[in-house]
Amino acid sequence: MIELRGVSQTFEVPGLAPRTVLYPLDLSLTERRIGIVGSNGSGKSTLARLLGGLLLPTTGTVTVSGFDTRRSPREVRRRLGFVFQNPEHQIVFPVVEEDLAFGLRNLGLSAAETERRITEMLGRYDLAHLRQHATHRLSGGQKQLLALAGVLVMQPEVIVFDEPTTLLDLRNRNRVAHAIAQLPQQAVVVTHDLELLHDFDRVLVFEEGALLADAAPAGALALYRERMSLESA
Amino acid sequence: MSLSLYVPGRSWLHRLAPRVKLTALLLAGVGVFLVRDLRLLLGLLAASLALYALGGLGARLAWQSLRPALGLLLFFFAVQGLTAGWEAAAVTALRFGVMILLGALLTLTTRVSDVLAALERGLRPLARFGVDPDKVSLACSLTLRFIPVTLQVVADVREAQRARGQERHLIALAVPVIVRTLKMADDVADALEARSGGR
Repeated sequence: MIELRGVSQTFEVPGLAPRTVLYPLDLSLTERRIGIVGSNGSGKSTLARLLGGLLLPTTGTVTVSGFDTRRSPREVRRRLGFVFQNPEHQIVFPVVEEDLAFGLRNLGLSAAETERRITEMLGRYDLAHLRQHATHRLSGGQKQLLALAGVLVMQPEVIVFDEPTTLLDLRNRNRVAHAIAQLPQQAVVVTHDLELLHDFDRVLVFEEGALLADAAPAGALALYRERMSLESA
Repeated sequence: MSLSLYVPGRSWLHRLAPRVKLTALLLAGVGVFLVRDLRLLLGLLAASLALYALGGLGARLAWQSLRPALGLLLFFFAVQGLTAGWEAAAVTALRFGVMILLGALLTLTTRVSDVLAALERGLRPLARFGVDPDKVSLACSLTLRFIPVTLQVVADVREAQRARGQERHLIALAVPVIVRTLKMADDVADALEARSGGR
């Protein structure tokens, strides 16, 4: 469960006026599947980074399973996984198997447990034949699945996705969508891919740094589509 | 570009402890630069190739290891030949050739994770002098991982510029490559933090 209390984000650049990208926000994220949508610059990626503890709020607090991202970042890291938009930047080892082992080594797991989890994860995402493969030679879809596997192998309680399907073709997009749907964990997904959110429990719509709607997918997505068509008209 | 070259196998070279192979490579690196005799260097080149055969890797992999560096070797050879004589040029080219073959032999027969683990262990005694073995090992791994990614950034920028009529302009290439690389470094730092498991 993620809680936000009075969270806002303002960026200060010397010589320029401060820029608020997220206005004060209170949220309790308890549902299993939560989607976040909004146009470019609406503050949704900033919110994802705040949830993941990659950014600390200018005001207020973000807590993950009761742990404050500012005071207990280590506890938050152990409980929350983050999948980035571009898997190329998330894969940090040159070989598939070694990349999966990276997070497990950080958790201090035994060699036997590391091996067991890697084998299970490679099998689950149909990557077993690529175990010794160079990561830079994987296809875009395989890279995104490996990035997801690299997070899941650490068995976090919550996973935040920042536009996980944006760079993928339809086939790989469907594979990632299926993978997200199958997750036992709570998932918070920031996306422009509205189809991805149809079965979700809750969708938050952001506009210019403020929460515009917080509802079930049908209502929230209808409102979002309406806003977008009004803007382009 | 092939950087992760590990070829699974059960040869004695595969089974040899990574720390032994790393130490041998280090000693060979120093040794080969002490040798000035052309015949001896040719012998070392032949010995390096023999190691490929003994490791069950074959001539094709030896050639594949050497091929990407051939242009650079020829460049060194030509510059040295014109400035210091052709024998000195052959010595330099052979030294680099032997080192490239031996370095590739290490990566062909040892998993990167095993090399890094050996490196970490080898650096442990330096911890008392402020060296963090984990960080050194991670830096090595990141370097290996992001060389092909950075080359891809260069290729993408060149392609985008060609599409807009710009054929060759160093600054026009360098600026976007540097900006994109710095942005990528930010993202990678975030990813490392996110996957640190609280360590």
